[in-house]
Amino acid sequence: MVGEITAALLSCIKNPGRIRWADTWMVAERSGVNALPIVAVISFIVGLVMAFQAAIPMRMFGAEIYVANLIGIAMVRELGPLMTAIVLAGRSASAFAAEIGTMKINEEIDALTVMGMEPVRFLIVPRVIAATLITPLLTVFSNFVGILGGMVVILSFGYPPIAYYNQVVGFVSWEDLAGGLVKCFVFGLLIAATGCIRGYQTLRGPSAVGDATTRAVVSSIILIAVFDGIFSVIYFYLGI
Amino acid sequence: MKETIINVRHLFAGYNNTAIMEDLNFDIQSGEVFVILGGSGCGKSTVLKHMIGLVPPVSGRILIHGEDIVTARGKARNQLLGTIGVAFQNGALFGSMTVLENVMLPLMEFTDLPRQAIEAVARVKLDLVDMGHALYLQPDELSGGMKKRAAIARAMALDPAILFLDEPSAGLDPLTSAELDRLILELAGSLNITFVIVTHELESILTISDRVIMLGKQEKGIIAQGDPKKLKTDPSNPYVYNFFNRNP
Repeated sequence: MVGEITAALLSCIKNPGRIRWADTWMVAERSGVNALPIVAVISFIVGLVMAFQAAIPMRMFGAEIYVANLIGIAMVRELGPLMTAIVLAGRSASAFAAEIGTMKINEEIDALTVMGMEPVRFLIVPRVIAATLITPLLTVFSNFVGILGGMVVILSFGYPPIAYYNQVVGFVSWEDLAGGLVKCFVFGLLIAATGCIRGYQTLRGPSAVGDATTRAVVSSIILIAVFDGIFSVIYFYLGI
Repeated sequence: MKETIINVRHLFAGYNNTAIMEDLNFDIQSGEVFVILGGSGCGKSTVLKHMIGLVPPVSGRILIHGEDIVTARGKARNQLLGTIGVAFQNGALFGSMTVLENVMLPLMEFTDLPRQAIEAVARVKLDLVDMGHALYLQPDELSGGMKKRAAIARAMALDPAILFLDEPSAGLDPLTSAELDRLILELAGSLNITFVIVTHELESILTISDRVIMLGKQEKGIIAQGDPKKLKTDPSNPYVYNFFNRNP
């Protein structure tokens, strides 16, 4: 299945006319635009809570303004991509598995096959492309909202917003942002492919779709964690 | 003299190298309504899945227009699939599309017609199956009979020579089932489509079929074939006779 998806993706990249763009935009809207509120809430709370926790020891040394540096670097390099990916795993990987699993049970995938339409190109490629493209965009949004959450804490200590802004912009580099976003492309790919594959593996029976969605979420989160670790090691050796 | 459109030769039907039917041999003529019947779980749907190229058989050949669907690959396979249409037991309509879009889909994928022409062709197909009033309904808004008719319209979208129907009458009330039988006879008569139907609905079989083969689970093969009306009155095989006359 992984080979089939890779071959279909390469073939579609070579010939973009074969991509079902209408479906791709629809999936991007459902998985991306509709996920904005939950990504915003989670990211804001993460930024806020992390800033509060960091402020407690830093305040003892009069260094609470450096909370901005911590929030900036943590959100952009790690927490923004990770939180977004986990939200998408729960929201989109499960949705993809349920949609494709239901289609399999309803013989819709068989219908596509006997009509000569490759189900992988028809169903999986649009989802993988959409998720791969929207994950970095959602992450940029998550970074911004998370940093905003941290700012609320700093403002409560009496610092002006410009001081927080200058700290973040002065400390976080474009390299940090790029490092975080590169991870997001891979996370998006993993989330969509895992959701679709688990959906495709749906068996028959009353609990089959439920089992497939559970497996999709669990597998996605494990893969995200593993690949995040791999990226950390790679970035460490690259000095990023 | 009608030409033979499908040849099944030494077909061992089953999954994962386990044959549930052994050495099936039969031919289907152009324009006939051919029924594969048998008791529940005897493997008739499996034989159908082999015939439409969905599942590879354990062994054997299934020639459609002289081309083996088991071994055909790439363009040859797609060309072969273009000559057949399949309506699945539950319709298998795409839930995210309207009825009209379901029928338009194969036309959009496999023809270069402009969208307006595709829509016109799809409307004609839906009119043929008396579904012209339900163009913009979603599949989950349709009754069982409407789903099957919409599925037949979609299967006919590319004007196939052969239509495979899996249990078309299953789950339908007698009136709806009779309407579907009338539709099949009309389409077979007016469009000269060859129908290959898997069913065990006796009323339907006796109404629509020109010829049947009956599969036996224990015998793992064909236990009777021919005109169903003759089989119904022929006591030479007690199982077949009892099956057709509903004698337990």
